[in-house]
Amino acid sequence: MNGSEKFNWTGWLVFGLFLLLWECGSRASPKLQLYIPPVSQIVVALSHLIVSGQVTTHLLTTLRRFLEGYLLAAAIAVTVGVALGYFRFAHSLTEMLIEFLRPMPSVAIIPVAILLLGIGDAMIVAVTVYASTWPILVNTIDGVRHIERTLIDTGRTFGLARRRILWQIVLPAAAPYIVTGLRVSLSIALILVTTAEMIAGSKGLGFFILDEERSLQSSNMYAGIILVAVLGYLLNRLFLALEEKAMKWRRGMVAREAI
Amino acid sequence: MGGETTAAIGNISCQVETGEFVSFVGPSGCGKTTLLMSIAGLIAPTAGKILVKGRAINGPPPNLVLVFQEFNKSLFAWRSVLGNVLFGLDARGKKLRESEGKAKTLIELVGLKGFESHYPWELSGGMQQRVAIARALAYEPEVLLMDEPFGSLDALTRLELEDTLLRLWEELGTTILFITHDIEEAIYLSDRIWVLSRRPSEIIEELWIDFPRPRHQVTTRAEGRFMEIRNQIYKQISNENTA
Repeated sequence: MNGSEKFNWTGWLVFGLFLLLWECGSRASPKLQLYIPPVSQIVVALSHLIVSGQVTTHLLTTLRRFLEGYLLAAAIAVTVGVALGYFRFAHSLTEMLIEFLRPMPSVAIIPVAILLLGIGDAMIVAVTVYASTWPILVNTIDGVRHIERTLIDTGRTFGLARRRILWQIVLPAAAPYIVTGLRVSLSIALILVTTAEMIAGSKGLGFFILDEERSLQSSNMYAGIILVAVLGYLLNRLFLALEEKAMKWRRGMVAREAI
Repeated sequence: MGGETTAAIGNISCQVETGEFVSFVGPSGCGKTTLLMSIAGLIAPTAGKILVKGRAINGPPPNLVLVFQEFNKSLFAWRSVLGNVLFGLDARGKKLRESEGKAKTLIELVGLKGFESHYPWELSGGMQQRVAIARALAYEPEVLLMDEPFGSLDALTRLELEDTLLRLWEELGTTILFITHDIEEAIYLSDRIWVLSRRPSEIIEELWIDFPRPRHQVTTRAEGRFMEIRNQIYKQISNENTA
């Protein structure tokens, strides 16, 4: 994604046509309008919600839960992942457990979390941590295991202690893998926050969307969906911008390998 | 793991003078790399001991640094040329503020002035190995161990790097322990050559090379004695191979 990329006119045109079709289709059938209001109405509802400040707390709550869950997961997964990647024995001990838990759809853990933590913040954040841990963990383990022996030996011949080898060699060398895990978990974390809020929240965008649906305020419901979508989009862009900055060294290298 | 283990190294005892340039030459698979990795403290001998100054090596000694043959695996891809060289100074415990000037001097000495902010992948193989050498020298080791450092470079680049290395060695006075399977390279560079036997390798010959320095790729290699020594070593090594 760089500046030299041309503006995608046809892509936007198709998108515009889609919105137009939506608008006309909805207006043509009053019955349909009840469930799928015209785009213009949704936009009006959204601006009302924003101006009145009605969604602000929901938005901020979702954002806070997302950040807490995601960052906590990142810290845990990278730490454990480095340890498991570094010590083969620890990895072989935990491998089956990880392979069993990882593919399970993480939303299935929500009832368990409700039993243990009740409904509220702690449960939502815990579920988010759980779900977003796996991709980061698995990628970090992979990244550490793929480090060239020579790289570690280089650190050793320069007299580095284990801790410094970890910080100055293992982590940066595994960084491309870790970043991949972080990127995958970004969307997972947002999915889990929203879902958990729908099931057991009294605040947050997930709760808002479901609440408006139950109150038959379908325009507001769609406005909430758009807000989650925009939140996801912006978080993703922010992530890509940070990645671009942190992994600058790798861009050209990958480009060259691709040739 | 299973499988049989072979003794890679026999009984080797040798003494290196400070500031000397010594090479090990031997047939491929004779355990040269194992020997150097053991001296560097990177692999522990499965049996026996490595003694330096009479003391057993237990982990990498602080006054040695090894330059690997696989420079592309040894350089830090996430650090620029300057960053890689700064690593050597940092590992020695130098403060970052004093280091930058020294790092830049070293980069200039290995002939990479102007490439400070390049990343390793942007450089050719020969240039990458120059970075690795600069990084190793930044650590100010008493002894520089080099494991076939020019083994994967093309012939011309190889000659250039040999001369760069000699220039640095003369300037800095670091003791160098060099491993190569290229007999002529060993003669061209060294004060002394140890010829190694096949596994379990032992020193079967010691040769003093007294061509005047600075040496020259054309005139030194053109000397009659150069070929004599080369042939002598070659015969020994090939006897070893067929014996």
